[in-house]
Amino acid sequence: MSFFKKLKEKFTHSQDTMTEKFRDGLTKTRDSFTSKMNDLVARYRTVDEEFFEELEELLIQADVGVDTVMELVDELKMEVKRQNIKDTKDIRGVISEKLVDIYQGEHEVDPSLAIQQEGLTVILFVGVNGVGKTTTIGKLAHQLKNDGKKVLLAAGDTFRAGAIEQLEVWGSRAGVDVIKQGEGSDPAAVMFDAVQAAKARQVDVLICDTAGRLQNKVNLMKELEKVKRVIEREVPGAPHEVLLALDATTGQNALTQARMFKEVTNVSGIVLTKLDGTAKGGIVLAIKRELDIPVKFVGLGEKMDDLQPFDAEKYVYGLFADLVDEEPVDMREE
Amino acid sequence: MAFEGLADRLQGSIQKIRGKGKVNESDVKEMMREVRLALLEADVNFKVVKNFVKRVSERAVGQEVMKSLTPGQQIIKVVKEELTELMGGEQSQIAVSKRPPTVIMMVGLQGAGKTTTTGKLANLLRKKHNRKPLLVAADIYRPAAIKQLETLGNQLDLPVFSMGDQVSPIDIARQGIEKAKEDHLDYVLIDTAGRLHVDETLMDELKQIKELSSPDEIFLVVDAMTGQDAVNVAQNFDEALGVTGVVLTKLDGDTRGGAALSIRAVTEKPIKFVGMGEKMDALEAFHPERMASRILGMGDMLSLIEKAQTNIDEEKAKEMEKKLRTATFTLDDFLEQLGQVKQMGPLDELIKMIPGANKMKGLDNLQVDGKQLGHVEAIIQSMTNAEKEQPEIINASRRKRIARGSGRTIQEVNRLLKQFEEMKKMMKQMTNMQQKGKKRGGFNFPFMK
Ligand SMILES: Nc1nc2c(ncn2[C@@H]2O[C@H](COP(=O)(O)OP(=O)(O)OP(=O)(O)O)[C@@H](O)[C@H]2O)c(=O)[nH]1
Ligand SMILES: Nc1nc2c(ncn2[C@@H]2O[C@H](COP(=O)(O)OP(=O)(O)OP(=O)(O)O)[C@@H](O)[C@H]2O)c(=O)[nH]1
Ligand SMILES: [Mg+2]
Ligand SMILES: [Mg+2]
Repeated sequence: MSFFKKLKEKFTHSQDTMTEKFRDGLTKTRDSFTSKMNDLVARYRTVDEEFFEELEELLIQADVGVDTVMELVDELKMEVKRQNIKDTKDIRGVISEKLVDIYQGEHEVDPSLAIQQEGLTVILFVGVNGVGKTTTIGKLAHQLKNDGKKVLLAAGDTFRAGAIEQLEVWGSRAGVDVIKQGEGSDPAAVMFDAVQAAKARQVDVLICDTAGRLQNKVNLMKELEKVKRVIEREVPGAPHEVLLALDATTGQNALTQARMFKEVTNVSGIVLTKLDGTAKGGIVLAIKRELDIPVKFVGLGEKMDDLQPFDAEKYVYGLFADLVDEEPVDMREE
Repeated sequence: MAFEGLADRLQGSIQKIRGKGKVNESDVKEMMREVRLALLEADVNFKVVKNFVKRVSERAVGQEVMKSLTPGQQIIKVVKEELTELMGGEQSQIAVSKRPPTVIMMVGLQGAGKTTTTGKLANLLRKKHNRKPLLVAADIYRPAAIKQLETLGNQLDLPVFSMGDQVSPIDIARQGIEKAKEDHLDYVLIDTAGRLHVDETLMDELKQIKELSSPDEIFLVVDAMTGQDAVNVAQNFDEALGVTGVVLTKLDGDTRGGAALSIRAVTEKPIKFVGMGEKMDALEAFHPERMASRILGMGDMLSLIEKAQTNIDEEKAKEMEKKLRTATFTLDDFLEQLGQVKQMGPLDELIKMIPGANKMKGLDNLQVDGKQLGHVEAIIQSMTNAEKEQPEIINASRRKRIARGSGRTIQEVNRLLKQFEEMKKMMKQMTNMQQKGKKRGGFNFPFMK
């Protein structure tokens, strides 16, 4: 079975609502992306320089990193030559395959969280301002609680106006407690409190919110380091996950964000938020390729259940689904 | 360095052209390819890039660049001029209604910075324009959005109008304006909820708020880190509401901010302000020229290149370059450089633009303003030639003498010497980066070609 068939199979056979939701969430993304892809393929009967140029633009438009796009296109050119592909119809599969390839590398990526079988699991959220950390924590708390976990939240953003209250609202929506101190207090101290409370209450998962910070702010990154150190010291092996929230609308800077946050907090996964908009968040391909940080979740809205696990094949397939389902129309025919 | 600026990108092409003496069309084409990549890496929308490159190409081929002895710099200059022009002039004025209160609506995607900017604008209106603003909390959706605005109002000691989250934003806006009239407040700033530009229901809500409040300004708040999608966002909001201006937030980060160009190109609306931090005073007027430099990945270095071009002749530039490489850069040279820096704005700002500079000890306090420069000048002029050339020999008694001679304190003399050392170190580092054999250098100083 071809790679592409396998993808399709996988997609159509998973009837769970998650898939549906993911598909729905990606619909807009896919519509514009793939309709352009269709246009492209339809316009070009043959695979030539011009075709690649447009393909390049298409991918750049999806915010796939510039370098990644250039490399991908180069590889495609080679592949086309090797397989002696002449017809654009035949190249769609190769494109998709290469994209998944870029994402996964040698082996398949497991997007699940490192939830401990025994004892406390600590998840730390980091990221720049306004990307969706607090909202995602609310969603994740809800999900974990539904899975039967005892969840506690730590209000580690003591800086931004209304941040603590925001997390409290999410806490009460999800039905989980929030450990907090006053606005302006030391976030490391909040974490210390929260960890102690989590231990005392025999909590399964502690999720820690932190203030948004731009990665070039040295002092704020140091503060984050300290927050992480407190967690490390108080719970051996923790934090078990450090999740970087990335806004799908963000362009190339996301790569720098990932790099810097990884350097400081050893990020273990990405939550790609706001994928319900028209932005594609293609930069995650570059991030995976360059920094080997996998996406673990995607945010598809502002409601509590708008969080879905990431599936690389579905993600890429989602971008190309229509291409597989429909035969492209050759618009050059009168 | 993560992304290369245009100057770095052009290094390769320039190297090739060098020695050839003349530039032909295919050289220009090659340089244009680099221009394109630099802009794409800066997140300028690809369509905008396409048009832009076409324009620059025409100018470039049309002699300006091809005739030049320094085609690399010339092309940067042409690119920057075009870019600056596209970016429009400086327009940071805020409308004033003949019949107060003046109403300003803040709109944009989720998390762009509307609420924060609402607070900053109110602060600016009061501080700079002596106005009395009212903040209106019309975001009933995001958890604790009202609380957030109230907290900011509290910090600023400015009134906030809110009706909880069970009243429609349209009613809140209406009553907020009434309230401002009652209390004789002259500005109303309406903070609306973040929304997707494709969310018809919520876009409709904004239209209704606009309808009833006839705002004098509708500010679209956009995150400076936005990628290719910026054009869609800007276009949709503008078509739905007719925005009057744009605020670009989080520009205190290290993003190139190509979205600025994209937004300008599709809406032709002025970018009025930029957000430079989370605090309430971190709102600045938009400078098109600075933005152009930034997008090209040169920060203010670009202006320095120009300054260097006009102030230093070729010979001198070469000499400087050599001095740097051989580490014979003296305090006199330092002084000369500072003289140019002086016209470019504070050096600390400049240094911030150098990748990795924030990690270099000592550099973070390096500051130069006009007055200080005068002092520096005086100090250096009080040195003997030997001292200028070999600052190592400046011992305690020499320091005392220099301080006396220049009318400055010994501490100031010490600080200057330390700064000079740091600068030298930094330059050495950069020279090393350039020589490390990577085909493109990491960084260009004005007198390096
Ligand atoms: N459409 C959409 N909006 C989202 C999503 N995730 C978060 N948001 C919205 O984005 C805005 C910012 O979200 P927050 O959770 O406050 O972001 P944050 O990273 O905690 O922000 P700071 O703490 O200020 O740095 C809010 O309006 C959220 O409702 C998503 O997946 N889709
Ligand atoms: N560094 C920096 N952070 C900023 C700037 N402007 C806003 N922020 C931060 O960005 C985050 C989001 O800002 P908000 O003002 O809550 O954004 P918003 O558009 O009102 O968000 P929603 O109401 O959820 O749509 C907060 O953490 C702010 O502190 C800026 O210019 N620089
Ligand atoms: Mg938050
Ligand atoms: Mg807000």
